[in-house]
Amino acid sequence: MAKLNINGRMLDVAVDGDTPLLWVIREQIGLTGTKYGCGVAQCGACTVHVDGVATRSCALPVSAVSAEQKIVTIEGLSPDGSHPVQKAWIAHDVPQCGYCQSGMIMAAAALLQANPKPSEADIANEMTNICRCGTYTRVKAAILDVAASGTLGRG
Amino acid sequence: MISASADTSPTLSRRTLLAGSAAAAGAFSFGFAIPVAGEAMAQEAVKEINAWVVVHPDDKVVIRIARSEMGQGTLTGLAQLVAEELNCDWAKVTTEYPTPGQSVARNRVWGNFSTGGSRGIRESQDYVRKGGAAARMMLIQAAASQWNVPAAECSAEKSVITHKASGRSLRYGQVAEAASKLEVPKDVPLKDPKDWTIAGKPLKRLDTVDKTNGAKIYGTDLKMPGMLNAAIRDCPVFGGKVKSCDAAKIKAMPGVTHVVPVGETAVAVVAETWWQAKTALDALPIEWDNGENAKVSSESIAAWLKEGLDAPEAVIGNQVGDAKAAIANAARVIESVYSYPFQNHATMEPMNATARYTPERCEVWTPTQNGEAALAAASEASGLPIAKCEAYKIDLGGGFGRRGAVHDWVRQVVVIAKQIPGIPIKLVWSREEDMLHGRYHPVTQCKLTGALDKDGNLTGLHMRISGQSIVAGIFPQNIQNGRDPAVFQGLNPPGPEASIGYGIPNLLIDHAMRNPHVPPGFWRGVNLNQNTIYLECFMDELAHAAGKDPLEFRRALMKDHPKHLAVLNAVAKKAEWDKALPAGVYRGICQTMGFGSYVAAVAEVSVSADGKLKIHRIVAATDPGHAVNPAQIERQVEGSFVYGLSAALHGECTVKDGRMVEENFDTYTVLRLDEMPAVETVIVPSGGFWGGVGEPTIAVAAPAVFNAIFAATGKRVRSVPLKNMDLRKA
Repeated sequence: MAKLNINGRMLDVAVDGDTPLLWVIREQIGLTGTKYGCGVAQCGACTVHVDGVATRSCALPVSAVSAEQKIVTIEGLSPDGSHPVQKAWIAHDVPQCGYCQSGMIMAAAALLQANPKPSEADIANEMTNICRCGTYTRVKAAILDVAASGTLGRG
Repeated sequence: MISASADTSPTLSRRTLLAGSAAAAGAFSFGFAIPVAGEAMAQEAVKEINAWVVVHPDDKVVIRIARSEMGQGTLTGLAQLVAEELNCDWAKVTTEYPTPGQSVARNRVWGNFSTGGSRGIRESQDYVRKGGAAARMMLIQAAASQWNVPAAECSAEKSVITHKASGRSLRYGQVAEAASKLEVPKDVPLKDPKDWTIAGKPLKRLDTVDKTNGAKIYGTDLKMPGMLNAAIRDCPVFGGKVKSCDAAKIKAMPGVTHVVPVGETAVAVVAETWWQAKTALDALPIEWDNGENAKVSSESIAAWLKEGLDAPEAVIGNQVGDAKAAIANAARVIESVYSYPFQNHATMEPMNATARYTPERCEVWTPTQNGEAALAAASEASGLPIAKCEAYKIDLGGGFGRRGAVHDWVRQVVVIAKQIPGIPIKLVWSREEDMLHGRYHPVTQCKLTGALDKDGNLTGLHMRISGQSIVAGIFPQNIQNGRDPAVFQGLNPPGPEASIGYGIPNLLIDHAMRNPHVPPGFWRGVNLNQNTIYLECFMDELAHAAGKDPLEFRRALMKDHPKHLAVLNAVAKKAEWDKALPAGVYRGICQTMGFGSYVAAVAEVSVSADGKLKIHRIVAATDPGHAVNPAQIERQVEGSFVYGLSAALHGECTVKDGRMVEENFDTYTVLRLDEMPAVETVIVPSGGFWGGVGEPTIAVAAPAVFNAIFAATGKRVRSVPLKNMDLRKA
């Protein structure tokens, strides 16, 4: 049994403690926006926020997450798709197939929250998610756009 | 019917199942429409105008799309072509997929479903545009009949029909029902592309919003009442079999419901959740009978292919004059051997499908590049006739050719579902299964021998390709007299498809087929990838040997190939080939032709003293004949460089003991954002033909960069991937 705070709701989940957080989110809780890509924290398709930090949920056992930690998935990033990163993604028509994009958006949102004015080098260092369609150019442009707009960041 | 639209609200109706809601968290789930058994399309209340167009009373336009959307934007591009001829309001356009079963039942009214070879738009543009134009004519006729005036006096713009003389107008939605009763016209003239207002424009995609909020449903996300989840392990050695498996060991593990054989080669574990199935599968003792192939390695395959480079027997793909005599009489002979490895498609979404089997009906839901092939696979694997089967397409989390010609995962899920009748079974491959059971980029080697005269002119060229045939692996019935015509992609005699861009007076291009046991597949860019590396890197070698500028050396051979030459010139101009680069930065150039389009690229790179490559800039030019959506072409070109550079720099699946070594992205490295160069796309549509855009520029990624690396270091990259080569200064 695990107690989890996901997208602002406390949930009790009957699950083996070894189960990766990704699969609890997808299969027990039923939020499928967070994707499985590799299972070994390589590709980032499973990225969620744990207390605001971009976290690869496929390799994190649910037992390692406490009820006090706030988990946010793509579905909880904003109630209506209005998070600045989501809006920039739409403005730049970033996604191609879209499968990696939940993780990409969550990684970008966490980056911008921690570093509201990332340089191109910061983006290259922090955005390590894999996209096989090759949306990187647009990902970078959308992040720089949000940074320029000054809508995200501490205080 | 799965719908895509600019509307963010999920499509729900009595004909759809609400999926995505789990008891624990229903409040923040998204509803979405998945198709269920025996469904008709959206025509019971609202009649279609014709097979391609449905108009609702509120003017909403539904455009039917037979090809698959996998990120390449074909959904939006095809809708633009239909909407252009329909003269409808683009803001009111949505799309839907007819199912393959519906198409079969209507005598294939939607034509070919296959979405590969960059054919989605170029091979259906004519009939989808006619579908839109015919619907417009019918809507206008319906209004004209209502007004009792000749249709020729009426016109339509943005979903409104106007009779100018009387000042009357009607909306499409008001006459849609009457139009649906009219006969579909046969003589349907199309607009001149220069008059386009919707097609040809850089419009936004129709399917973006759901990809930014988690609402988009992929095959891996499907849920159905009572559904069980399956994980599978196929014998890691291709051609091997299951010798034994101790199912009792895992039967009591949490959630496990079934352990079933899948043919002679694989075992599946079925459980309540996929994680439970995967965990139990990992614990399942399986003994394999690996068979003879266990002796094969990358080294043994390479040795076999090497033998083919000089083998007396080979099939000729292109021949002009007498290349061997030209080489024998040359002032100088240049010779090099190149190679290209196995590579996995590595779609971000692993292979998956959901199936429900009963003795009366077999249904499959799956991301596929070819709905009709998925339907055929379901029929064959279930033993039921096509009429008792259906395949529902789901948008793909990447395709790249893996989900087109071969539907091995569909066969697997049906074989599993047949053993558990009545229960929907969702099969999802682990990344490891996906890496070990790809349909790999074919492995080939190439020996090139060039003849130069005393002035450094190319008088003869022999290209001997040795290695794998995709067609032999997938459609062996199409191999005639040992010949696979696809092997010569980009090297064919002059013509509209994949033709060589040079007039070489004595030319011989031949192929010694060598098919290892590793199954080949159509891998985005297909044979154009390696052939362009072979030819264009060797052209660079010849230019260097002749002491000529690589651009000028090419131009001299391209006088009779104006389309190839125009694109090469366009890229050289944009890249300012004549101007000096900053110190330490070097250029490479190349061109090719395939998938109906002419492409060329310039790469600017630097290589540090410790051998680290940096790609500063790519300029890529494309002539696809017509540009249906320039914004999406730019994205396809950028993505093509990510795919092509992943292959050039990192991509390699190695064979050891008959199986693939690389099992995940930690060892199968792909390009990430930090390695992504700036890509400048130059679109030069010359009209008069229709070429594809999803693949051709992949082929120019590697040779442009490899030629630039030579300019920077004096080292020739002749073996893909670059990671195996030391670029440090000697």
